[in-house]
Amino acid sequence: MRRKQAIDVPLIATAILLSLYGIAIVYSAGQTDFPTRVATAYRAQLVWFMVALVGAYFINRASLRLLEWLTTPLYALTIFLLLLILVGFGSGGGTAASVKGWLTIGGVRLGQPAELAKLTVILMLGKVLSASKEPPKSLIDLWKPALVVGVPWLLIMAQPDLGTGIVFVGIFFAMLFWSGISWRLLLLIASPVISLVLAFNTSLWGAWFLLLIALVLWYKPYLAEGVILVAANVIMGVVAPLLWDRLAPYQQNRLLVFLDPSIDPRRSGYHVIQSQVAIGSGGLFGKGFTLGTQKRLAFLPAQHTDFIFSVVGEELGFVGVTLAFALFLSLFLRVVRISERATDAYSSLVAFGLLASWFVHVLVNVGMTLNLMPITGIPLPFFSYGGSFMLASWLAIGILARIAAEGRGRAGMLAI
Amino acid sequence: MSFHPNDVVRRGRAATIIVCGLMLFLTGAFFRTQILRGQQWVLQSEENRLREVPLPAPRGTILDRKGEIIAENIVGYTVSILGQKEDSLRATMKRLGGLVTLSQPQIDQAVRRYKRAPNRPTVLLSDASFDVISVLEEHRVEFPSLIIQSSPKRFYPDGPSVVSFTGYTGEISEAEMAAPEYQGYKAGQQIGKQGLEKQYESHLRGVEGSRFVEVDARGRVLKEAGARADQVPRGGEVLQTNIDLDLQRYAASLFGDTLQGGVVALDPKTGEVLALYSAPSFDPNRFIGGIPADYWNELRNDPRRPLYNKALQGQYPPGSTWKLVTSIVALEGGIAKMSDHMPIPCTGGMQFGSRYFRCWDKRGHGSVDLTGAISKSCDVYFYQLGLRIGLARFLAGGTSMGFNQKAGIDLPEEKRPRWPETVDYYNRRYGPRNWTNAVTLNLSIGQGENVQTILSMARFYTALATDGTAAKPEIVKGHPERKALYHLSPAEQQELRLALASVVSSSGTANSARIQGVVLAGKTGTAQSGRHVNGVELNHAWFVGFAPADDPKIVVAVMLEYVPFHGTVSAGIASKIIAHYLKVVPISLINTEG
Repeated sequence: MRRKQAIDVPLIATAILLSLYGIAIVYSAGQTDFPTRVATAYRAQLVWFMVALVGAYFINRASLRLLEWLTTPLYALTIFLLLLILVGFGSGGGTAASVKGWLTIGGVRLGQPAELAKLTVILMLGKVLSASKEPPKSLIDLWKPALVVGVPWLLIMAQPDLGTGIVFVGIFFAMLFWSGISWRLLLLIASPVISLVLAFNTSLWGAWFLLLIALVLWYKPYLAEGVILVAANVIMGVVAPLLWDRLAPYQQNRLLVFLDPSIDPRRSGYHVIQSQVAIGSGGLFGKGFTLGTQKRLAFLPAQHTDFIFSVVGEELGFVGVTLAFALFLSLFLRVVRISERATDAYSSLVAFGLLASWFVHVLVNVGMTLNLMPITGIPLPFFSYGGSFMLASWLAIGILARIAAEGRGRAGMLAI
Repeated sequence: MSFHPNDVVRRGRAATIIVCGLMLFLTGAFFRTQILRGQQWVLQSEENRLREVPLPAPRGTILDRKGEIIAENIVGYTVSILGQKEDSLRATMKRLGGLVTLSQPQIDQAVRRYKRAPNRPTVLLSDASFDVISVLEEHRVEFPSLIIQSSPKRFYPDGPSVVSFTGYTGEISEAEMAAPEYQGYKAGQQIGKQGLEKQYESHLRGVEGSRFVEVDARGRVLKEAGARADQVPRGGEVLQTNIDLDLQRYAASLFGDTLQGGVVALDPKTGEVLALYSAPSFDPNRFIGGIPADYWNELRNDPRRPLYNKALQGQYPPGSTWKLVTSIVALEGGIAKMSDHMPIPCTGGMQFGSRYFRCWDKRGHGSVDLTGAISKSCDVYFYQLGLRIGLARFLAGGTSMGFNQKAGIDLPEEKRPRWPETVDYYNRRYGPRNWTNAVTLNLSIGQGENVQTILSMARFYTALATDGTAAKPEIVKGHPERKALYHLSPAEQQELRLALASVVSSSGTANSARIQGVVLAGKTGTAQSGRHVNGVELNHAWFVGFAPADDPKIVVAVMLEYVPFHGTVSAGIASKIIAHYLKVVPISLINTEG
């Protein structure tokens, strides 16, 4: 049945409000007492917003079936671009210049394939997971989804872009969850990650390992699965310290500073401390739009990209923060609703994957400004300055609007 | 994927709960940071943004007894740098070096200042000339961390004439910062280093103010004023002294460039210090804003020791000026009267034991009474008088008159004179039985184990000038204090004064110091210095006296170091000072041939 296309007004309106809010803050971020090139960044951001709207419109015109059909070639293209970066077509940018995330050919920066990768991995994962009527029941069933995420994940971690890597992990677990995988299996998959984190404390890791054995016995997986699982945990516990040594010093510092910013207040801890000062000094109503002193006087680093939310906190106070959160929350809940009402498994999974991507971004980026998360340098959707991400976010909106339009009517019509 | 609507709705509900829960958690985290702990972060953000620039308080003016200015403040300029790191400070100084001359010591000192107080602006030039300031102002934009401000600068209009008692100011040192009396002082502040400036520091210093400039993360000054209300500095209080600046200047001029020594002039009734000078002197104005190394070395290497305060710190054998002490101990103990003669008349010396003790005058004075002995300064008389008093009683007498105590002037430099308290001193010093009564002979004429300061002798003569009570010398009017040194009948005191007056009469040792129409009383003294030039031993030439003899208004003690002549020259200087003060003309100026 082909229905008349309707526009999901709440979705589009929320996204537009978020984008305008974001551009206003990018404008404010450029208002410093010693003018820098950030002063004109808002104009570029505005142009990108227009481009993104056009992009969203065109992708919205495309049928989901077309998108599904294009998924595999797009995924292949993504892998190709990520490989290109690793073989010498990458250049640094953003917070950490050592992250070679920009595809650069002939000295011209073309964009960040990692942003494209988020989208195509979601599409690909949706395609793989929707291929079977049943959710993955065992670890063996998971090899395909794991491969879909794992390959680009490894390529991105090799850049090395820890932040985007975290987003991929979030997308992976969220989409597995949405496919109906059992909680216990989800926990078992997550166990190596938990092992990795706990490996730095031997007794904690020991306790976790005992718990894991109990879980495995209760879940009764195939023998091979059980062995693989336990082995993975042991390996993670063993390689974690080795992995730690492999990290670049700045990455180690970020993680250490996350535990205690005051160990290096002048250097690694500086960003987080200054961000907290900016947000905290904003109080209830903030210092006024464009008037934040931390930002004006350049105490706040990366005020238009990674730490843009600190500008919101400083200048518009708790009220401005709450407003931004409300907009994000309504966007998220709207996307949950869209996922619920999607006509088919593929579109439902894709919608939920897009939600997961944004949600992890918001959680990690905003958490970072208050030192609730380590500094990983991932942008805030609709706010952080940057064309690729703005475009990717709006393409997602376009896809979601399409899914919503093809979806199964209003909530009340869901007969249960 | 299981796509049954029931499953999807169930999972949707779980997702909603997770999303809402985490967003609520984030909101809570912001609420805690912005609302509950907001105040703490506001303070930190202000601390980030504002730098306190101290505004030094002008020190209190120092005035003389008639209200003339001894020390005041003029406008000076300081150049400071707001630095965040030592590297950036050094880099800025290097760039500044291209515009104005910066010596290596200046750069090193700035770095030391920075290390002592990294949060205060680092003072680079504490007294910059106007030329330097105009060059820097021109290039202001290139040095956004530079702070140029006018600040009060100490100035002594009569610098070299008054430094003996004013002292000078300078930047507080690290050692001083640690001392309890400088608690609450901050690095870089100016404090009194000597003299009145040090003694009355708390009175003169005032309260430092501050202004706040807004800086960015790199320490560039973006807003010079209005970032926060200034705290206006409060100037120090005026210090009114007893000094007669006119007399002080005159006394300084009498020493000229060649004489070295000191002078103290007191009001005998109140102990007010009218003048206090040590020669040669130095210019305290050159010390302000850091002592130039070459000037400092010049002063330190000068054999005449200008940095050594001869009026307060110099310790000299008092010579014949001491004969009054011998006389008083004898009179007070009833050992001799003014009219008493001694058994051995003066023939230019006397034999004591195996040694022959000379009188200063080889011709001898014959048989004189005490009055005559004081007037002629006859050593032979005083040898016998000292022996008659006895060493123990003599030492006790000198001690009770306070000759081993400070005079108590309100200046930090005063040194304690030395006078043996008991005979034990000799036993300790030479061993029992290793010394003879010859020490008594030496002590009785002001030689031997006795060194006094000029101030101490001036104080003693205030007792002679009055009723036997000495006044505590005071530069700043405090609580005048008098202490009885001895008890003699008014008649005896009158006789002593007459004897002293006869010293300065035509028959005495200081007849060149006579003053027209005023009776001057005083005593010369000549002490061996132990230093020889061309085979001639140099003397410390004393004169301590007062005038008018019948109603003394001024006591003057003059001491000239290492001179080839006797106390008569000192008496001449003293008489000029007294004449200047009493506004009369000294005779020696009238008798141009004398």
